[in-house]
Amino acid sequence: MSEAGKLDAKAMPAPPGRVANRQAGLSKELAAVVAALVVWNGALVLLSLWRPLWWAALIGDFALIVMAAERVGRRVAPAWRRSYERTLAFGFPVLALVAWQMIVDAGILNPLWFPQPTRIGAALWDVTVHFDRFSGTSLLGRPWLIPSRFESDGWPGVWALFAESHVWATLGRVGIGFVIGAIPGILLGVIMGVNRTVRLMLDTTLSAIYVLPKIAIFPIVMLIFADPFGEGPKIAVVALSVFFLMAINTMAGVRDIDPVFLMAGRNYGARGLSLLWHVILPAAMPVIFAGLRLALGTALIVIISIEFLRAKQGVGFMTFYYWEVLNPEKMYAGLVVVMILGVVLTYGLQWLQQRLMPWQR
Amino acid sequence: MPDPKDGGSSPEPRLPKIEARDVWKIYDTANGPTTAVENFTLDVADGEFVCIVGPSGCGKSTFLRMLAGLDTHSAGSILIRPGADPKKPLNSVVFQEYAVFPWKTVVENVAFGLQMRGIGRAERLDIASFWLERVGLRKFANYYPSQISGGMKQRVSIVRALANDPEVLLMDEPLGALDAQTRIVLQDELLRIWEETRKTVVYITHSLDEAILLGDRVILMTAHPGRLLTTFPIGIRRPRTVETLNTPEFAELRGEIWQQLAREVSRAMEMQQ
Repeated sequence: MSEAGKLDAKAMPAPPGRVANRQAGLSKELAAVVAALVVWNGALVLLSLWRPLWWAALIGDFALIVMAAERVGRRVAPAWRRSYERTLAFGFPVLALVAWQMIVDAGILNPLWFPQPTRIGAALWDVTVHFDRFSGTSLLGRPWLIPSRFESDGWPGVWALFAESHVWATLGRVGIGFVIGAIPGILLGVIMGVNRTVRLMLDTTLSAIYVLPKIAIFPIVMLIFADPFGEGPKIAVVALSVFFLMAINTMAGVRDIDPVFLMAGRNYGARGLSLLWHVILPAAMPVIFAGLRLALGTALIVIISIEFLRAKQGVGFMTFYYWEVLNPEKMYAGLVVVMILGVVLTYGLQWLQQRLMPWQR
Repeated sequence: MPDPKDGGSSPEPRLPKIEARDVWKIYDTANGPTTAVENFTLDVADGEFVCIVGPSGCGKSTFLRMLAGLDTHSAGSILIRPGADPKKPLNSVVFQEYAVFPWKTVVENVAFGLQMRGIGRAERLDIASFWLERVGLRKFANYYPSQISGGMKQRVSIVRALANDPEVLLMDEPLGALDAQTRIVLQDELLRIWEETRKTVVYITHSLDEAILLGDRVILMTAHPGRLLTTFPIGIRRPRTVETLNTPEFAELRGEIWQQLAREVSRAMEMQQ
């Protein structure tokens, strides 16, 4: 505490007396808040009220922790600002997980519905390292077996490992559907943005389809495909949902381009494809990427719901399967995997955006 | 309407570089037609610097866009005579809002017109660097426009037009969005560059001082509808610099123009009533 105080004083030279006063005032306040935190929980425990009123206790704790963090934040030196903010951003979720663990351990919440984070972690490890004989699947496809399988069976053996994986099945469906849907969607969006006639003809129809819940077209798509239970309909629904979203977003992006850029492009000799490549696409790029972020979220919703309904593999299938056999830890593990997939894919998109739009750094 | 190819075959020095005859711009709106530019005639000689001054909304920007071929005219004829080299672009515009592409680096922006004309990468980057050097932006060549100031962006926009080496340079209030100091610096730079290149320029501004400082001829426009009010030849000898603004010659000319302008404006207002 005194260490931070010294740093602060060094960073902001001011009349020594006043700084010392302010520092002392803040330290006193911080001590008071921490004391309040101890008294609040201690009093509730002593009165045997913590257990029945655990949610009220937690709300009070949350408020007091916010007050304490704010007091600390006021005296953090600029050099430590980033670490302070990181501690808040990552420390709080850890604290929440610890609270969850303790509440379930204490028997306040039923571990059947809210398994402890440690048990969810163990379940995640379990589904990663074990092969499920009944469904013939594993979470990642047991990548540590790749060298030995390659030696015994060659590439088909490695491929068989990938084919048994839930994560790769889901990623493949999302990835292929995303690309198949996004590229034509962006192209149609550009055409609609540039050509008034096409826009007037298609806008109402697209808007009507856009508000349709994408999962609702799954039965129709299954009907159309020769193999209703194969990969085709699943990828097609992802592609369709991405397509309409990208068409509408790209059209808005193209229509929003400052006309002076189009005039400049034309005046300096850009026509047709060169105008598209050098002016229209880069100018609409920020909106296109905003659309891709939305489309990624939609694609994950669609694929997980489809895997709930009709799949023999995939992260959605896995989650639903463990509901059917009532194994909540592994259901939660499935959710964690979906979250990780979402975060990883979003980062991938951000990486691509920074690559394609270096001027926006 | 005269055939636009007419002038190309016989490039006599006396033929004007720009010929705009009886140009009208009429917009069809829901409330009936609105005239933006009325019966506007303008000849610009080769190597002449013409400034058009008028209140905002008088149609001067519309006229410039019609000259540039970015907007259609409703009646009349507009001709820019090609020069000896048919590959040279007829016109390049410097826009008020810079219109420097944020997604291209400074040097890519300057080389853009050349790129669109199919000039090879090495050559166009050479030309662009040469022009950046002339306005002191060489070391910002690989910056993106978001990383440089407004004055620098407008310099980029101006040399983008000059690197394109057009027959005619069309400038639409290029300094209108800049602060007063940057504006003076850029006026000086414009005078210096024009002295070196002697391009044919049509320059739109709402500042009478700027028009007198830069132009060989100042044309005043009225608003609603946009009409040519009167023309003043500017006899101040060149080369000029911003110091010219402080000469008695300049002050005298400006006073004279203001006087005539006041008379013309009040007459125009009477006519409208």
